[in-house]
Order: sequence, then C-alpha cells, then structure tokens
Amino acid sequence: MIIPYEPDYYQPSGNPVVRIGRHCLKGLRAVGRALLMAVQAFCFIPLFYKGRAEISRQMYVAGLCSVGVTSAVALMTGMILCLQTGLFLRDYGQEMRVGTLVAQAMCREMGPLMTALILAASVGSAMAAQLGTMAVSEEVAALEVMSINPVRFLVMPRLLAMLFMCPVLTVYTNIIGILGGGLVASTQLDVAWAAYYDNVLFMLHAKEIWIGVIKALIFAVIIVTIACFQGFSAREGAVGVGNATRKTVVFSFLSILITGYFVTRLMYD
Amino acid sequence: MTERTMIQFEDVHKSLAGAHVLQGLNLSVAHGEIMVIVGHTGSGKSVTLRHIIGLHSPDSGRVLVDGVDLSSLSRGQMEKMRARFGVLFQSAALMNWMNVFDNIALPLRECTKLSASGIKEKVEKALCLLGLENDAMKMPDEISGGMRKRVGIARAIIMEPEILLYDEPTSGLDPVMSRKIDELVLSLNHKLKITSIVVTHDLCSAFGIADRVAMLDAGRVIECGGPEDFKNSKNEYVQNFLAAQFNTSKLRSMEMHNGTHA
Repeated sequence: MIIPYEPDYYQPSGNPVVRIGRHCLKGLRAVGRALLMAVQAFCFIPLFYKGRAEISRQMYVAGLCSVGVTSAVALMTGMILCLQTGLFLRDYGQEMRVGTLVAQAMCREMGPLMTALILAASVGSAMAAQLGTMAVSEEVAALEVMSINPVRFLVMPRLLAMLFMCPVLTVYTNIIGILGGGLVASTQLDVAWAAYYDNVLFMLHAKEIWIGVIKALIFAVIIVTIACFQGFSAREGAVGVGNATRKTVVFSFLSILITGYFVTRLMYD
Repeated sequence: MTERTMIQFEDVHKSLAGAHVLQGLNLSVAHGEIMVIVGHTGSGKSVTLRHIIGLHSPDSGRVLVDGVDLSSLSRGQMEKMRARFGVLFQSAALMNWMNVFDNIALPLRECTKLSASGIKEKVEKALCLLGLENDAMKMPDEISGGMRKRVGIARAIIMEPEILLYDEPTSGLDPVMSRKIDELVLSLNHKLKITSIVVTHDLCSAFGIADRVAMLDAGRVIECGGPEDFKNSKNEYVQNFLAAQFNTSKLRSMEMHNGTHA
C-alpha cells in the first residue's frame, strides 16, 4: 500500500549492524512509497477538473500567501549579492559588470533555491501538518473507505498547484532580486540604473531563465512528495504530526540542495 | 432457507507493531443483523473492523465479504467492494474544511455522475432523516459531538450501502445523546435493511440494539450470542466484564446497606 495504515515493524536487536541495516531498509521503503505516490499523483493529473476547487485553494496558499516573504527574501538576496560582488569588482575597476553577476546568480541558482526553501518551510510544512492531522484523525482512511483515492483527492491538487506556482514565484524572485541589486548598485556602487540594466541583459540568456524554471519544477515535485508522504505517515497524534512537519522541512531542504547541485552540474558542465 | 452470511472471519491472525492482535478470530455476521462487538481496550475490536474495510489484511486466515475473499481483490475491485460499505469512524472523520452539506455530498460528487440537483435532493433527504436540516451550512467545528456523529452517519448512508460499520458510535457522548444514536442505528437497520456491525464499550447500548453480541479477548471471540444469552454466559471473563459495567451502582447500594452513605 502506498499510504501506510500499518507501522513498519522489525524485531528489536542488540546488534548495531542489524539496527543500521533495518533503519536503511525502512528508509528505502519510505523512499520507494513516496516515489510511487508521486508517480500516481502525476497519473491523476488528467483528472484535474475534479479537483479544480482544491487546486485553486492550494494555488492561493502556495502562491499569493508566499508573495510577501518571497519578496522580502528576494530583495535582500539581490542586495547582498550585489554588494558583495560589487565591492570585490570595484577593486579591479569592474563594478560595472555587477549587473551580469547578480542576474546570472539569481536566475541560475539563488532564485529557484531561495524560492524552494521558502516554499518548503512555509507551504510544505503546512501540507504535512494538514495531511498528518487528517491521517491521525482517520480522515484519510475515511476517504479510502468512500472509494476516493487519497492521492487523487489530496496529493494531485497540491502537486499541480506547486508545479504552477513554484516557477512563477521563481521568476518573480529573480526579478525582485535583480531590482534589489540595482538599488544597491545605484546607491552604493555608483553604477547608473541604465548601465546596470544593460549589463543584466547583456549576458543573461534564455537558457539561464529556463534552467531556473526547470529547477523550480523539480523542487516543486520534491516539496509536495516529501510533505504529502510525511503527512500520510504521521502516527501517534500531535507528536506524530509535529515529527512529520519537522521531517518535511529537513528532508526537503536536504533534497533541494543536493538535487540543485546535480542539476547545475548536468546543465552547465 | 439458509441465512446469507455477509461477513466471515476464518481463523484470522494479525500482528501489528510486534503485538499479536488477532489470534485466530472466527466470526460470522448474517445479512440484515446487528452484530455488536465488545471487549476491553486492546482486545482487537477496531482492528477487526479495519479488516472488513480492507485497511488491514490478515497475516493468515481469510476475511470474506458476501463470500468474496478480500485478499484476492485488486485495488479496483476493492474500491468497488468498499462502495458496499458505509463507515462511521470514532471521531466521525469529517473533512474540516467542508461544511456539513459538502461533507455528506462528498462521496456523491466524487464517485457518482449525479447532477448537482440530484445530489442536493439526496443530501437534503439524509439531513432530514438525521435531524440536521438547519445545520447544512455549518462547519464541523461549529457543531456538537453528537451532531458530528450524525453527519458521519449521514455520509455513511448516502451511497445506500449494504453494510454499515460503526466504530464506537457513542464514545464521548452523554447518555441521552447515546440513546438517540442507538435509536438511529436501529431505525437505519430496519428502514434500509442493512447489515450493521457496531464496535463499542457501552454495554447498555450493546444490549439495546444488538441481535447478537460478540466478546473479543486476546484477539479471539470468547462469547457470541443474543443479548440474554450473553448476559447469562457462564464465561467468567464475560461476567467480570458485565460486573465492571455496573460497578458504581453496586458500590453505592453496598454503602447504603451499610449505612455509610454521606
């Protein structure tokens, strides 16, 4: 079963090698179930019209409710990037190039990464908490008993919403970050807005933007898969829901960072 | 004419988290009867119920529903089988972001091709049957525990199931509301001619509604019979369980007899 209604159990053992092995097995089983759940959610996407109300609700949560914090983080990230690189470039009389660096860094890496981390922490944890609460109060079991597939009803709308909102927010983050950089460049580095803008466009190609969007899509799948699976696996009431939320944030962060590195290597190496 | 058996447990064993919960459970439920399953906490009552709806599968033995072995069913076949069930979970398991109307309409919207007007008609009929006409637009956290149970029952019967399962339907309710829920269980059984299985700790409720009462202990049925046969059981464990139910009144009558009543 993709959604575990029975806890994984192994006989206790004093042997540390056996215990490590069993932890690994448990982890692998969880990864396998999570991946199966994600594949099943993708297979249900053609039935999106049935969940259109829930999709809209999730888009509101993932998108509009995250705009504020995303804007603040994007602005500060762009400003810090510009300041750090600008001060270094000024030593070589090349501060005019700071626009290129900020734009490339934001679009290639910082935009998708910061957006994904914010969404994992805010939206992902909320998803895990909601689904975890549903799991411990038997609402997920009630859906199964009503012959309503919980993956179609709960996971697919969240996946679609995140697949749409994560790239949109990423592009938004890129724009705000570049603007933040421009603010610092014009006020701290004596680089005129026009010069900064020309430099942004000079070296920024469509490839950088598209790779950022592809990363955002991959991160969206990671966040929803981990959040929903952890939520469905919650046990033992409030403690279990808290653990599910914590694990969602930790595993999402690690997965985003590791995946981001390998995608960058693949696309740019 | 042979009575049709709707639910059959054949020597079912099940372990969960290292505990051997069901240890050779044998139980049958006939079509149209109300079977009440009682037992102390941890005796395997809820696990038994979850086997019937396919949330657990036995380690050994068989669970048959209308002659069909549940472990032989594919996922699609299991979904079709589940359409024959309605379940009232212990906490009603209502979707908290939907109002009463939407909760009851949920299975109709997701699993049938009924029009909006058809769904509205069915839901309003269910609301009338359960005395919830004025509460359709309320959210689950705006209604009392008894009303939540009634909404849960309405949602369970909306698809016209053949078998209704109740997991502790009166838990957390006052005695007056508990008796109202019992009356509902009885009237639904008679009106809709369905098989009902009730898991409960409440022996007053059990004796009020049951055609047969089955007692579980250590994952096995140790007594099964009509309410009067159950009360007159020679099984010591059953007698201790019955005595514990009325412990307070026994103590009070002893105090009054000894003149120690304050």
